[in-house]
Amino acid sequence: MLSRTADNLYWVARYVERAEFLARTIDATARIATLPAAYGGTGSEWESALLTAGAADGFFRIYQDVNEKTVTDYLVSHPDNPSSIRNCLDIARRNARAVRTAITGEMWETLNGAWLELRKVEPSALGREELMRFLDWVKNVSLTFDGSAYRTMLRNDAYWFTRLGACIERADNTARILDVKYHVLLPETEDVGGSLDYFQWATILRGVSALTSYHWVYRQSVKPWLVADLLILNRQMPRSLISSYDTIVRFLDMLGEAYGKVGQPHRIARNTLNALDTTVIEDVFQQGLHEFITQFISDNNKLGKAITDHYLT
Amino acid sequence: MVAFDEMNGVGNITRDAYLRLKDWLDKAPPDLMSLRRSQAELFFRRIGITFAVYGDEQSTERLIPFDIIPRVLTKPEWSKLEEGLVQRVNALNAFLKDIYGPRECIRAGIIPADLVDNNPGFRPEMVGFRPPHDIYVQIAGIDIVRVDADTFYVLEDNARTPSGVSYMLENREVMMRLFPELFRDHRIAPVDNYPDRLLQTLRSVAPRFAMDEPTCVLLTPGQYNSAFYEHSFLADKLGIELVEGSDLFVDDAIVYMRTTEGPQRVDVIYRRIDDEYLDPLAFNPDSVLGVAGLFEAYKAGNVTLANAVGTGVADDKAVYSYMPEIIRFFTGQDAILKNVPTYRCREKDSLAYVLDNLNELVVKEVNGSGGYGMLVGPHATARQIDDFRKRLKHDPDGFIAQPTLALSTCPTFVASGVAPRHVDLRPFVLSGSDRVRIVPGGLTRVALKDGSLVVNSSQGGGTKDTWVLDA
Repeated sequence: MLSRTADNLYWVARYVERAEFLARTIDATARIATLPAAYGGTGSEWESALLTAGAADGFFRIYQDVNEKTVTDYLVSHPDNPSSIRNCLDIARRNARAVRTAITGEMWETLNGAWLELRKVEPSALGREELMRFLDWVKNVSLTFDGSAYRTMLRNDAYWFTRLGACIERADNTARILDVKYHVLLPETEDVGGSLDYFQWATILRGVSALTSYHWVYRQSVKPWLVADLLILNRQMPRSLISSYDTIVRFLDMLGEAYGKVGQPHRIARNTLNALDTTVIEDVFQQGLHEFITQFISDNNKLGKAITDHYLT
Repeated sequence: MVAFDEMNGVGNITRDAYLRLKDWLDKAPPDLMSLRRSQAELFFRRIGITFAVYGDEQSTERLIPFDIIPRVLTKPEWSKLEEGLVQRVNALNAFLKDIYGPRECIRAGIIPADLVDNNPGFRPEMVGFRPPHDIYVQIAGIDIVRVDADTFYVLEDNARTPSGVSYMLENREVMMRLFPELFRDHRIAPVDNYPDRLLQTLRSVAPRFAMDEPTCVLLTPGQYNSAFYEHSFLADKLGIELVEGSDLFVDDAIVYMRTTEGPQRVDVIYRRIDDEYLDPLAFNPDSVLGVAGLFEAYKAGNVTLANAVGTGVADDKAVYSYMPEIIRFFTGQDAILKNVPTYRCREKDSLAYVLDNLNELVVKEVNGSGGYGMLVGPHATARQIDDFRKRLKHDPDGFIAQPTLALSTCPTFVASGVAPRHVDLRPFVLSGSDRVRIVPGGLTRVALKDGSLVVNSSQGGGTKDTWVLDA
């Protein structure tokens, strides 16, 4: 397969995943930001959303005021935000178009349809309710795209590269939430904030669509260290770091086997998975949640670069 | 001037080839025709989604109108065309080999040297170089018009990167879906083996020492090129990689593509990029579409380019007028397919004739294209004719003139019902190292406006499926 084709497939999946994550972040933030301070609203929720999206620097070059309107405008559709939802879907479609014959008709129609639809709406003109519907629609585009890939693609390198793109982006997104919110997950906050922090934790879980899953897995009220456990170390949770790496390692192995050659990406991914595998959540807190996450994000970026160097150029 | 109608001749007696189709057209209720037409449109939109990216402002222009009434040729008509096409393309290849080699045709006075050397399509870099298997034009599109039951003329040779073959294939596809009963009642030669024939051709022209399984690729300028959908359509049907310049690199005069498994050697490049953009080191240094070092690899004999560099010299209008002589010189036979009679204004007697008959002739600039710089005598004003008279006297070498032809017409489904419209035909001729291959038929283009002779899609032209009846 052409390196450019693999590169396009990888980034199609990454950008679709990123668009969905942004939609979830805005959705979850809009919820908590409306809460009275007594229920955990800190007044800095929209700033957190910007940090989680990795968009703060760009935002402050354009806006001074951080509020729902400015942040959603910037994250949804601002032309100067290269990672806005609109841009993510545009770039995903452009990449897909360049490799039109490497993806299936269903995948293409999902992205092309989304792109056509996006040209009809002006997200910055949407009211609250319409915005929520719009965010649901974005999530649906991602789900349909993923489902189409799962149901229609041949299981060969083309499929594996889309999965790698999606999982590396997903791991990055989950880690970013933890990085921005780590302070509310530290064990001592239980004494300080008590149940009032419930809404903070719930926001994190909503951001990765895991609020219901949490209850099924732990069958108890929301505890910050269990939230961290779910998002980092729980294999049942499809967006956890360890699940993402299970998938990454599996597909890298398939590529290695098909091509008869392994390299730097395989070593990095396996090391990260091994580390997660031999860790319990107590270790994480011992080491420092923040340090742990910072390290993970850096390793994940290193893997992305190694995949690019090894396969995509 | 009464045009020859391919269904009704010049009188009103249905010609044999169209007997069944005419019968069907007479019986088909008008509603059915409208319905089928809208179904065809729908089908093309879906293909558009797949190949032309329906909804993209640029590419909606590329949805060329499709006429649901096929154009029908009989087997004997086609056989003669085929024979003529093979002869002509063989002569084109021999001519190119000669002018970049020993130049015997120039010494023999068949064609003036300055017409070759000063030709914008001539590439001095190719002089003395022999491409693999001495084949220059692997893929040719020869534009043909018809004026009566027996007379076909070649209007133009396209020896660089002819396009349109995807329409030929898509048109057949949609017709088979919409009119299965017509395909049952006629024995129509299939065209869907074209991609297979093209692949055979490309593999046959690989450098001689290439592996048994030569690697072929299709080189496109990229997704913003107007023919990109055709490039991706063909690459997909051929099962070869669709590469852009940046996917290829040259190391030690060998061409590689960048793949997920490392560099892979490339043997044959079906390129849909013009000569001047192929290699910034050899041609236009500003080209970002090409591959640095590609021409060096080509001249080292390590890769085949289809078509070869410098074929433009053979499809120019001035050289065209010499094709009958070129064919005779290289094949020893008279041309089976005639040229449109052409007056070279560079010759004194011709110029005198042209100047005396401007109101009846079509005058074309030698290096013009797309209908620019052209005088259509019968439709021109006295002032335009005067203007051309001055230009002709000032630069006779820059012009040729031809009689105004009454192109044949075919029944076409237009707003007012079924009516005759002028057509041309572009068959695609594939030259491999083993043989010449032609899929029966080609792309029929139709001028949808009443009386118009212009079939170009940019000026209201459409396309039709082209049937060659096998019995």
